[in-house]
Order: sequence, then C-alpha cells, then structure tokens
Amino acid sequence: MKILVIADHDNGALKPETSKVVNAASKIGSDITVLVAGANVAEIANSAAQIAGVTNVIVADDAVYAQQLAENTADLVVELASGYSHILASASTTGKNMMPRVAALLDKSQISEIIAVVDENTFKRPIYAGNAIATVQSNEDVKVLTVRASAFDVQASQGAVAINSVDSAVANTTTEFVSVEQTMSERPELTAAAVVISGGRGMQNGENFALLEGIADKLGAAIGASRAAVDAGFVPNDMQVGQTGKIVAPNLYIAVGISGAIQHLAGMKDSKVIVAINKDPDAPIFQVADYGLVADLFEVLPELEKAL
Amino acid sequence: MKVLVPIKRVIDYNVKARVKADNTDVDLNNVKMAINPFCEIAVEEAVRLKEAGAATEVVVVSIGDKACQEQLRTALALGADRAIQIDTEQKLESLHVAKLLAKLVDQEQPELVILGKQTIDADNNQTGQMLAALTKRGQATFASKVVVEGGKAVVTREVDGGLQTISVALPAIITTDLRLNEPRYASLPNIMKAKRKPLDVIAADSFGVDLAPRVTLVRVEEPAKRQGGIVVESVSELVEKLKNEAKVIS
Ligand SMILES: Cc1cc2nc3c(=O)[nH]c(=O)nc-3n(C[C@H](O)[C@H](O)[C@H](O)COP(=O)(O)OP(=O)(O)OC[C@H]3O[C@@H](n4cnc5c(N)ncnc54)[C@H](O)[C@@H]3O)c2cc1C
Ligand SMILES: Cc1cc2nc3c(=O)[nH]c(=O)nc-3n(C[C@H](O)[C@H](O)[C@H](O)COP(=O)(O)OP(=O)(O)OC[C@H]3O[C@@H](n4cnc5c(N)ncnc54)[C@H](O)[C@@H]3O)c2cc1C
Repeated sequence: MKILVIADHDNGALKPETSKVVNAASKIGSDITVLVAGANVAEIANSAAQIAGVTNVIVADDAVYAQQLAENTADLVVELASGYSHILASASTTGKNMMPRVAALLDKSQISEIIAVVDENTFKRPIYAGNAIATVQSNEDVKVLTVRASAFDVQASQGAVAINSVDSAVANTTTEFVSVEQTMSERPELTAAAVVISGGRGMQNGENFALLEGIADKLGAAIGASRAAVDAGFVPNDMQVGQTGKIVAPNLYIAVGISGAIQHLAGMKDSKVIVAINKDPDAPIFQVADYGLVADLFEVLPELEKAL
Repeated sequence: MKVLVPIKRVIDYNVKARVKADNTDVDLNNVKMAINPFCEIAVEEAVRLKEAGAATEVVVVSIGDKACQEQLRTALALGADRAIQIDTEQKLESLHVAKLLAKLVDQEQPELVILGKQTIDADNNQTGQMLAALTKRGQATFASKVVVEGGKAVVTREVDGGLQTISVALPAIITTDLRLNEPRYASLPNIMKAKRKPLDVIAADSFGVDLAPRVTLVRVEEPAKRQGGIVVESVSELVEKLKNEAKVIS
C-alpha cells in the first residue's frame, strides 16, 4: 500500500491540515508520500518533510501551480498517481475543488470528508449535516479520499526526509486567476484555533463584533460567525461556521447570539466544550451547550471580557 | 446560450434526518422533500441570466425516480423552460451522476452547466467537479458572483481564505454557493404555467453508462450524543466553571 497526500498550503506556509491528513493516512498504511504543488514552495516542502510518518516528499514547483487551480493541479496529480492505492487531501476549499476531478479522471468514486479510518477500504463520514454517520466501504482499487481535518490529530515532527522535485508544468488551458481578496487577521485560523468565539444575527451589526474581539484577544481565540451574520454583511464569508462553511472542533466554542440551527451545529458540535450565550432560553443551541448563559449579550460580553 | 441546471430532490433543510432503527440508512419515509437549496440557487442564477439576455434557454435535469418530477415542476415554475428526468430507481454515486450528466451535455451542448456545490443529504461536493473533468471543461466552484461576458464566465468563489476571482472559458461548469443569489418564490400563475412546460423522461440505462455500485453503505448510525449541560446564572459562575471544572481556560 502506497499513500499519496496532497499538501494544503497557501504558498506562504504549510497548513496544519496537512499534518492531520498525514495522521489519517498513517491509520491506513506507513508508506506516505506528500505532494507539494505550488510556486516557490521549497520551504513548504521542507515543512512537509518534517511531519512524522512521511516517507518522502515530491515537489512540483512552477508558476503554473501558483494559484493551485483545479484543472492543471488535478492533471498533475493524475500524472503522478500510478502505483498509489490511496490519494488523500484535506476537505479544504482547495481539496474539495480539485479532488473530485482527480477521481473522475481516474474513473474512481470518491469518498468525501472522512472522519475515521476503519480499515484500508472502510471509512466513516458524516451525512445529512452530521445528523447521521455513515460507514462506507470502497470497492475501488485506488481510493480517492478527502479528510475532515478537525477529526484527526496533528502529527509529531521528525528529521526531514528526502525531497524530490518533478519537472512537470501542466498549463491550464481553460481557467485564469484574476484576483483574490484575502481576509487579513492577526488571529489564529478558525480551523486551527483552540478557542473559537462566534457571533450570530443577535450581534445586530458588524461593529458589535468588537465586543467579541476583546474576549478573543484575551483567550487567543479565532472569531467565527453564523450564516445569518455573514449573509447580513456583518463579517466576511470565510468566518462562516457550519455545514457549508468551516468545520471546527476547538477545546472551547463560545456561541453568542446564535440560535443553533442544524446547519450551524454541523460545523461546531464536535467541540470539546460549548458555551452558549443567548437571551432566548428555548434556543436550540442550549441543547448542545455544556454551559448556557441566558442573558442579553450586550450586557454580559463586556462583563466577560473584564472577568477573563 | 443554453444553460443546463442539474437539480436533486433531497430532504427539506428544516427537517432533522433520523437514522433507521436497523442502522441500514436514514429514514426518508413520510419526510418532507424539496429541491436541494444549492440547486435552487443554481436555477435562480440561470433564470436571471436569461432575464438579463445572456442566456436563451434554461433546461433542468434531475436523475432519480418519478418523485423527482415534483422538483422539476418547481424549477419550471421558477422560470426554467423545459425539464428532463433521467429515470432510475438506483441510489447513484456522484461519479455515476456526473457520467450521466456528461452524456446529456454531449447531446444538449449547453455552454454553461450550473450545479449546486453540494447536496444537503450526501454532502459530497463532487458532482460538478467530476462533470467538468469528464467533459474536459473548466470549472468555477463555490460561486458567489457570476458575470458572463465575451465567451467567458468571471466568477468570484468563496474560499477558505476569503474570495477568489477566476475567469473560465466557456463552455464551463459552475457550482453555486449560498450567497450567489436569493431564489424567488414561484407565483401561482407560474406554477400553473409550469404544468404545461415540456418534461421528457429518459431511462438511465439508455445512456450506456456503467452504473454498478463502487461504494457499499455498511452502516448508518446516530452521531455521539453530547452530555446535557447546565445553565449558569452569571458571568462569574461561567468563568469559574470554565477554569475549574472544564479547565479550558486559565
Ligand atoms: C443549505 C443551507 C446551508 C446552511 N449552512 C449554514 C452554515 O454553514 N452555517 C450556519 O451558521 N448556518 C447555515 N445555514 C443557515 C441556518 O439554517 C440558520 O439560518 C442560521 O444558522 C441562523 O443564524 P443565527 O443563529 O445567527 O440567527 P437566528 O436563527 O436569527 O438566531 C439569532 C439568535 O440570537 C439571539 N439573540 C438576539 N438578540 C440577542 C441578544 N441581545 N442577546 C442574546 N441573544 C440574542 C436570538 O435569541 C436567536 O436565538 C444554512 C441554511 C441552509 C438552507
Ligand atoms: C451507499 C449509498 C447510499 C445512498 N443512499 C441514498 C439515499 O438514501 N437517498 C438518496 O437520495 N441518495 C442516496 N445515495 C446517493 C447519494 O446520496 C448521492 O445522491 C450521490 O452520491 C450523488 O451525489 P451528491 O448528491 O452527493 O452530489 P453532490 O456532489 O453533493 O451534489 C452537487 C450537485 O450535483 C447535482 N446532482 C447531484 N445529484 C443529482 C441528481 N440525482 N440529479 C441531478 N443533479 C444532481 C446537483 O446540482 C447538486 O447540487 C446513496 C449513495 C450511496 C453510495
């Protein structure tokens, strides 16, 4: 069994999700290659070589992969795929965009967002917004999988293993990168943070998210939001937690002015400890909360900031 | 420009899915069904392209048994021009769906196919990307803005780090994210009109696609239940519990 893991990175740094995908891969087998495709990614390849369990790293460093567009990156993966029994990527927007293309080109059914490895052919994955967990067995000779990183641990580190480069620059003939609007933040990434504090429609506007910032500063927390808060324009889309946003599983999740719709719960109910602050005692969020505080958020948030 | 919109019949998003007692699957008996919300957004986008003069025809297709004609009629009431049901009783995998759609794309030659980014039942998020690979077309997934001009679609995508804009040569495949548009409600006259719009039925096995299952569903279970929590009376009690009981802050 040979496993290929596609590294998740933003050309600046390797994402912690990669280490978690290697953790998932290590539950399948022990021969693990990581592919880093991008532009000027030598440092990133170096980080990947130091994830415990990785046996070697392949790097495809070329301007054509700078934006990791799906079409040519998938072609590259398919070019390198021969001999591997499992191909894994994290279920980030980059992985979700590219992997089904790889699967279709290899004529394989893909299994999306696995949360557990039962054996080399069998995996668990959430369906119906996490209201059911399916155990599925793949009959394919090559398994194409995306991994829900929040369900796996970060690997330890090791002395760097060998890095080999491939000179394969596949041009993208259909799609061009135009621009990116990156949300800049000094805070930890939502999906990697140990503490997340999220605001919902109850926050009333974007300015009021400042009430969460003071608390986030004290706790070293990332800030998230419900879909309603994003749709209303309070905060940008990349802060959405839920079935169709980001999936988080921090040690502590604080939901403020969020009712607790199934789609929101799907993104956070695997958090270790959940706190809910809501003025409606019947809000469904209290059913998953370890600690509920029935109160007006505008009164208690300043108090909480002071108390920390 | 012809636009093809594949839509799927799924559990209504307000309904919480229940697992069958024998753990073989989710129980969909007597459950309210609807168009997958992302597919509804796809239909709306296609209809808006037609209203803006960029598209000339909107064709909707659903793969499933006769029941999915209900969702096709809804899409016709929302403004699609004609519908196709690809008839099958089988539970298909995304790859099968993509292969059937690729055959239909061959026949219909749409310049744009707009799909939902994911269904809210399987949550696979695969079909559009697979269809793009099989038809050798460019793809723009998770779209929150689409502008069609000069043989291209300029699409803003919701990605983990923010928003990315790409330009895809037509013909192309687009998948929708939540903020692309807000679908309209079908008016009563349009619901009546939809009953007379054409709806063709084609047998899935007439496409010559191998639909043999490649993935077996072994078991479906409820997720681990969270232990019931407590209600705290004050901020100071909350902070005390988080420090000393849960030990998640210091
Ligand atoms: C296909 C689909 C996908 C979706 N995906 C997602 C997703 O990924 N993530 C997501 O979050 N949602 C998602 N949704 C939306 C989801 O169904 C809910 O509409 C959304 O989560 C509601 O957000 P909310 O809790 O902020 O707002 P509301 O439901 O309006 O709740 C606001 C809460 O704030 C409380 N409140 C108001 N004022 C105060 C105050 N002063 N003090 C204290 N509490 C106050 C209220 O009591 C209420 O409980 C999706 C929906 C669909 C159809
Ligand atoms: C073991 C197993 C058990 C299953 N059990 C069930 C079940 O109980 N009930 C059930 O309904 N399905 C079942 N399925 C099918 C499965 O849930 C999906 O329907 C299938 O994998 C299609 O992909 P998706 O819905 O995840 O597509 P996604 O990739 O998440 O969907 C993206 C988009 O593709 C398009 N699309 C997807 N499916 C269709 C379609 N049929 N017609 C037209 N357009 C479509 C839509 O535009 C949609 O928004 C089962 C599959 C397997 C392998």
